[in-house]
Parts: sequence; structure tokens; C-alpha cells
Amino acid sequence: MTISSLPPGLILVFGALLLPVAGSLIRPLLVLALPLLTIWQVWHMPDGSSAALVIMGHDIIAVRVDALSRLFAIIFSLMAFAGGLFALNQKRTLELVAAFTYAGSAVGVAFAGDLITLFVFWEIMALGSTIVLLSADTPQASKAAMRYFVVHMFGGALMLTGIFLFVFDTGGVAFSAMKPDTAATALILAGVLVNAAAPPFSSWLGDAYPEASWSGTVFLSAFTTKAAVYVLIRGFPGTEILIFVGVFMIFYGITMALLENDMRRILAYSIVNQVGFMVTGIGIGTEMALNGAAAHAFAHIIYKALLLMSAGSVLYMTGKRKCTDLGGLFQSMPLTTLCGTIGALAISAFPWTSGFVSKSMINQAAANEHLALLWFCLMAASAGVFLHAGIKFPWFVFFQKDSGLRPKDPPWNMRLAMILFSAFCIGIGVWPEYLYALLPYAVDYEPYTDAHVLNAMQLLLFAGLAFFIMLPMMKRTLTISLDTDWFYRRLAPAIINRLATVIGNADQAIRQRFMGALNGVVNYVWQHHGPEGSMARTWTTGNMVLLVTIFLCVYLVFSFI
Amino acid sequence: MIAAHLPALQIAVPLIAAPICLLLRRENLSWAWATFISWVVFALAWVMLEKTLTGGAFNYELGGWEAPYGIEYRVDALNAFILLIVAAIGAVVMPYARASVAREIPEHKRGLFYTAYLLCLTGLLGITITGDAFNVFVFLEISSLSSYALIALGRDPKALTAAFQYLIMGTIGATFILIGIGLMYQMTGTLNMADLAKRLPAVEDTRPVLAAFAFFIVGVCLKLALFPLHLWLPNAYAYAPSVVTAFLAATATKVSIYVLYRFVFTIFGQSFSFDVIPLESILLVLSLAGIFAASIVAIFQTNVKRLLAYSSVAQIGYIMLGVALVSVAGLTASILHIFNHAIMKGALFLCMGAVYYQIGSVKIEDMNGIGKKMPFTMFAFVIAGLGLIGVPLTVGFISKWYLITAVLEKGWWPVAVLILLSSLLAVIYIWRVVEAAYFKAGDSDDVVVKEAPVSMLIPIYVLTGASVYFGIETSLPLGTAAEAAKQLMGIGG
Repeated sequence: MTISSLPPGLILVFGALLLPVAGSLIRPLLVLALPLLTIWQVWHMPDGSSAALVIMGHDIIAVRVDALSRLFAIIFSLMAFAGGLFALNQKRTLELVAAFTYAGSAVGVAFAGDLITLFVFWEIMALGSTIVLLSADTPQASKAAMRYFVVHMFGGALMLTGIFLFVFDTGGVAFSAMKPDTAATALILAGVLVNAAAPPFSSWLGDAYPEASWSGTVFLSAFTTKAAVYVLIRGFPGTEILIFVGVFMIFYGITMALLENDMRRILAYSIVNQVGFMVTGIGIGTEMALNGAAAHAFAHIIYKALLLMSAGSVLYMTGKRKCTDLGGLFQSMPLTTLCGTIGALAISAFPWTSGFVSKSMINQAAANEHLALLWFCLMAASAGVFLHAGIKFPWFVFFQKDSGLRPKDPPWNMRLAMILFSAFCIGIGVWPEYLYALLPYAVDYEPYTDAHVLNAMQLLLFAGLAFFIMLPMMKRTLTISLDTDWFYRRLAPAIINRLATVIGNADQAIRQRFMGALNGVVNYVWQHHGPEGSMARTWTTGNMVLLVTIFLCVYLVFSFI
Repeated sequence: MIAAHLPALQIAVPLIAAPICLLLRRENLSWAWATFISWVVFALAWVMLEKTLTGGAFNYELGGWEAPYGIEYRVDALNAFILLIVAAIGAVVMPYARASVAREIPEHKRGLFYTAYLLCLTGLLGITITGDAFNVFVFLEISSLSSYALIALGRDPKALTAAFQYLIMGTIGATFILIGIGLMYQMTGTLNMADLAKRLPAVEDTRPVLAAFAFFIVGVCLKLALFPLHLWLPNAYAYAPSVVTAFLAATATKVSIYVLYRFVFTIFGQSFSFDVIPLESILLVLSLAGIFAASIVAIFQTNVKRLLAYSSVAQIGYIMLGVALVSVAGLTASILHIFNHAIMKGALFLCMGAVYYQIGSVKIEDMNGIGKKMPFTMFAFVIAGLGLIGVPLTVGFISKWYLITAVLEKGWWPVAVLILLSSLLAVIYIWRVVEAAYFKAGDSDDVVVKEAPVSMLIPIYVLTGASVYFGIETSLPLGTAAEAAKQLMGIGG
């Protein structure tokens, strides 16, 4: 086993273990050096793969290098660097340790050449991200972390079952393109989709991510869903059902984000939306679409982290997270406002930003395949993205009414991290050829044609106009703390009020019935398995002996009939 | 010269060492002697396993008496492997025992403790090595009686009642086994296992043989704690001294499972055993019921040792599930899990012993924030716990992998799904401990709790390291288990 056959992700995973023992002087250096070392290592690894060891007769290919894995490994380690820089003044070292383990195992996923390695890193990611969540150390966060963990363990169990069956069917563990036409591959796909926040598991993301600390959310936004995107590109390109899954995610994300009031939850829902674009691209499955999905994942990690850094800075400086409590911050946080706006423009795919050069590839791929309906959906969704993430987030946080808050810009390291990623957003937008050179397939696409730019500008301007015309409506959603009551206050005008009540009552009854049944099960289990239950109680010796006698009789009866 | 008498030495050394241990009368001397003997026994077991793996099975006639008349020891891949497990756990636990025993057992009883331990070790090894059915019962009694005494040494007053209940249940189990052996003797006139296997087919349709089988199965299931005959186990493990729990949990039930393999497959023969009663279905249902019932009970436990004891009942379910498959793959998985579970459970109970050593309790609520105070112990607990869940790169994953492969080979899909679901239950009960240890603040920081002494940490890490090492390098346990499974099923070997 040579150095080059060791997964580069392990630099981060094991390096993270040094962080708690390093002194406060060395720790920042380590935080910055480890990701840089990883990037260097990734950059210099030659293409190819080799079996590192053999477990249970299967070749374990811990490192398989090609353009696609290198692309994802680079962005994951770059993200670890910027995230680490941003989080330097996070007092809880545990969060950084967990975040680096999480990032390192994401790099490990990107290089996994077999299903076992993939699964191992996959599970470490789940564990690491849960601990990142827990490190926020609030009751909400620990509850959210538990829910998050259960969902991901479930996804992991699906995937593992799939891998078992896959090995049983084919006798191999190699991880390459497959079709979800057997139970094995379908289960693996299902497991991956749980991590991609696909329906019906879209809600864990919006539930969990906003509960992390101001720096934790930045890490969380980058790895889990994008690792899933990587696995989908590698394992399931051109799987048609992914188009439908992706479109659902796109619109789910937009709808939920428009209804939301918590600034980081808006951005979390917009992750679902953006991953939806990537999943759709993978479903189309042409070289251009896959290139687009990969490029979009790359660009998305950067601008989404940038947006969450700006939100994190606001949270760090003000301690507030609801749009209704914020506003007018541009006066005292000019740099954060600028960087947040650049991120917002990038996510809206404004020309000369990174989002434009990546997302337009997916749109173009849909057009090339003559998927007209899909193309219209994607266009409409692009407008929707601009509404919720491109305007709503910066407008309500930095502009709008004056909330009276006058926080300063955050400390230097947080500013530097934001500036770095802003530069990337614009740099990729202006010189896309460098990103294109990293993509898995040769790129035959020119983003800056008159038609593309004009098209994008029109779309964005009209969406912008629509936002400000509808501003009063958007604002009214802010006056209420978001929950299910939104539905009956906003969506149910007087005419359908009665209908709503009927449905509501029925719904309530069903829910009560369901909760009742659930409670019944829990009670039943508790009664029999709880500390005083018949299963757990200490039996008297006489009863034990009686049980044994009964058993003997049963066996004897079986023997003689 | 000595090499030829290895099988006899394996038993004679600890048996003779036991009374000597009693005569030493000095605590440190007794401990040093018991540790030394454990290591000698381990070395003997290692040599014998090597010998069987290279040269095949061999017999040893005790005192030179010819086989059907005298007592014969027979060593093949299966029991050499079990011998190694028992001896290895003994060798790892003994260095740990000194500190732990000094904390948990009154001074005047410590010499007796080491004596009883050596007797128990002798009994367990004897059951495994012998090729004589009645001899199995004799050693079973030696190991059982000494383990009742060992359990009763526990600090908690409940240890006495737990030991008493185990005594009654264990005696019933042993008596049933004896009745089974007696009936077989009556019908065949022999007690030698190989001889029994030859003569039983001629009389296998007679009522005494059928009754013998029923008595034997119930008796041995009681000893190996197959659900729902496991009721003696949780309290016995929970209230015994830490060392005893770790040793017995890793070895005692495993040896009983070996007895089941031997009688069901070698003596009665697979065709008789699974035709006369629907043993396959009975074992399948009971092991699945055990896995779920015991895992769920474990989730609600507040005493971590009791929690782990219930988890043992669930793990025995996995082992017996492998038997219920009646295939080479199933038996391989079963034997493999005996080895893997011994390592993991040994490590977990040793961790709890270290916690008890420091805070005098193993209740979950007393363990809040202990992850910071005893970082090494709790890290080992987490690693071994991950093994119990079946996370890749640990032995638990290897077991699960082979068990599920074997189940799928039979085409029993729902069972495979149930196995995977049940490992989620393990996530929950291990998580409860981890949550208390790492994510809850300790109540009082004025009580200074330190890390356990090095003499306890090293054995803990030997087992924890083994649980990772054998999760990656599987050739030794897997090769041996596969070989043993083939011999049991009568294929090759």
C-alpha cells in the first residue's frame, strides 16, 4: 500500500483528531493547513485506481481517480478550507473536529471505487454531520439532530440492504453506473435519494440545518446533498425517474422558502431547490446535462456557503434569525451585505456569476433533448429561485425597513472567508473555462451568447418586478410566525373556509387516530418491554421453572406426533 | 513428548492450578498465579488450533484407555476454535482483574475468587474438548457450580438472589441434559460421542431417543439462554462482579452453544435433528423473537450492565438464527459471531467494569458527562458499541454480512430485512449510553473522577483493537469457522 492508494480524505479525518489536543496557537494553523494539504494531494493524484486491500474476498478500491471524483474532491476540500477559516472563532472545538471528519469523509465518498468504501464514508458523514448539529448545544438542535440521525440511519439501512443484495446478485462490489431495475440497485438509489433530500424525505434538511450554530450550517450545507449528487452522477446517470424527482424538489424548495421567515431556513429550503436542478440534470443524462449537474454542484457549494456565511455573520453579530426581526443592516454591515448580495445573484444565475455558467448548461441540455415541458418548468423555477433566494433573503435581511440594529461587520476571518467565496462566484462567472476544464466530459457550450444573456436578464428583471409588486403580500407572510396556521390564514379565503374546516376536522381526526395508534404501540411496547414489563421484570424462580416445564412438554409433544 | 499430551494438559493445568491457588493464601500471589495459568492455557489452545488447522482433527485417549471404554478427547477445527476463544478471553481478563477485584470483592474472599475462576475456566475448556457425552455433564457442573459462586460474590445484595436463580435454572438445565445423555446410554450402551453417532441411527425411532433429544434441546437452550429461557441471565450478568460478567458473557453461553452444535449435528445427526421436530422453525421463530424482544427491553434499561445483558440475549438470537438455517453458510456465520460477539461483549463489559471502578455505579443517570472524565474508557465503549451495531470495519459488520448472505442464500428475504431493522435497535440502546456520556453535563464536578488505571485500560484496548482488527483482517476467524461449519455439516474435512 503506497501513499497514493490512501484516501486523501483521511488527511482531514485524522487531522481533525489533532485539533482538540493542539494549543490555541497551533489550532488555527491546522484548521487552514489540513484542507490545503488535501487540495494539494487531490490535485496531484494521477488518474486510475488500485485495490488497496481485500476484505472478505472483495477488492476494496479506496481511491479511484478520474475527472469527476477529482472535481468533487476539490470542491469538498476547498469548502473545508473556507468553512474552517470562517469558523476560526467558534469556541466549540468539537464542532470543527466533527466538521472536518464530515468533510474528509465526503472527500472519501468522492474517491470511493467500491460500494463498501462508499458505505463506510457515507456513514461517517452521517455521524459527523449529526455531531456538527449537536454542537450547537441548544435543546432544539439536539432534538433536530436526533430526527436527522434517524432519517440518515434509515437511508443508510436502505443502502446497506441494497449493497448486500447487489453483492449477492452480482458477486462484486465495484461502484460504477447501474440501472435501478433490480431490488438491489433500487434500494441503493433509494438510500442515496434520502441523503439528496428527495421526496418524501425532503423535510429533514429544512428541519435540521437551520438549528446548527452560525458556523455549523455553513458546513452542513455543502456535503451531504452534494455527495449524494456525486453518487447519482456516477451511479445512476440517465435514470428517467430522477427528472420527476428533481422537478418536485425544485418546486418544493421554492414553495417552502417563500413561506418561510427564518433566514437560514429560507436558504436551507433553497438547497433542496438547487439540488433539484442537479438531480433533474442527472435524470436527463446526456453528457452536457451531467456536466451541468457537476458544474452546478461545484458552483452551488460556493454560493450557498457564501449566503449562509453572510446569514451566519448576521446571526453571530445580532443573535437574531427571523426576517421580521432584521432589516436595514446594510448601513452598518456593508461588506456582509455586498457578499450576501453577490451570493444571491449567483444563486439566481445572474450573468457573470457562477450560477449562470452552470445552471444554463442544464437548461440547454433539456432544450437539446427537446424536453419542452421540462424546459418551461426549469425556466419558471429559475424565476422562483430569484424570488426566494435572490431577492427575498437579501431584501428582508439587509434592506427593507430599518430594524434599528447597528451591528458591525464580523471579525476579519469571517470577512476574509466571504470575500474569498465572493471572488470565486464572480471569477467562475467571468472565466468559466477553468471550471469547464475540470468537468468529466469535454464541454461544447458557450454560456455568453446574446440569446442566453438576454433570456436570463429578461427573466430576472420580470421576476424582480413581480417581487416588488407583490411585496405587500410577501410582507404579510412575515407578520405571522410560520406554522400550519399560515394555511388557514392565508390560503383559505372566506368562500372555502367551511370546506377547509371540514377537511381540517377530518384531517385532525385522522391525525388523532394515527397519533393514538402510535401512542398505543409505544404504550404496549413500554408495558411489556419497559423496566416493569413482563419482558424485563425479574421473574420468580417458580415461574421460570414453570416456563421451562411448559417448553419441555411442547418439545415432547412435537417429538411424539 | 509434551506435544502429544497437549489435550490433557489443556484441562489438567488449570484443574491442578486451582487448589494450588487456594493454598497460596496471598491475594497478589493468587492473582499472579491465575494470570500465569490463564496465559499458559491460552498458549496451549493456540498451539492446538494451529495443529488442527494444519494437520486436521486428532484424538487423545486419557490414561491410555481405548476409545469407547475410556474417556477420549477429540480436537477438531470447531472445538479448537472455541477453546481458543475461551482461553483468550481468560488471558485478557485476568490482568484486568487485579484492580477490579480489589475494588469489588472483600479481601478475605479474593483468593477464593481466583480459585473459583480457575475451576470455571477448567469446566468451560473441559466441556469443549471432551469427546465423551457424560464427561460433558461433569465439566458442565464444574463450570456451573463455580460460576454460581463467582456471581454470588457481587457487591449488590441482589447478586445472591441472582446467583440462586441461576443455580436453580442451571441445575435444571444440566439435569435435563443428563437425562438426555442417560436415555441415550440406555439405548446404545455407549457414552463416547463418535460411538453414539454410529449407534444412534439404529434406534432413532424409539421413544427414549426421541425423549432424550427433547430433554437435551430444552436443557441446552436453557444453558445457552435462548429466548424465552433466558430469564436467569440478565440479573446474573448485571449483579455479578465486573470481571465475572465480562468473562462469563464472552464464554459461558458460547460453550453451551458449542454443546448444541456438537449434539445436534455430530451426535444426533442433521437428518434426525431437523426431521423429528420442526427444530428449524422453532429456532428461527425463537431467535427472531429473542432478537427483537431483548433488544427492545435493552432500550429501556437504566442499568448499563443489565442493558448489555439483554443485548447478549439478542446476540444469542443472531447466533442461533445461523443454526436455524441448517447450511454451511449459516453455521459459518453462527460460529463467526460466537468469536466476534465474545470480543465485543467482553470489551463492553470491561468498559463498564472500569466505570464501576471509578464511580461505583453503572446506572445511565450516574454516567452523565463521563465521556470527558474517562475519555479512553468511553472511546473504547463507543468503538465496541459500533461493532455491536454492525458498522463496517468492525467485527459486527462481518458477522452481519455473513449472516445476511446466508439468509439470502435460503431466499428468506423478510428475515434479512428483520436482521437489518434489528440493528437499528442496537443503535438506540448504544446511543443512550453515548448520549449520557458525551452530551449531558455531569451533576457535580467536585467529585473528582479520573480515568481508569492502565492495567484495566490495556485489556480493554486489546479487545477493542481486536474488534477492529478482525473487522478488516478476517482470515483467521472466517477460515476456521468455515472449516468447522463444513465438518459439522459433514462436507469435506
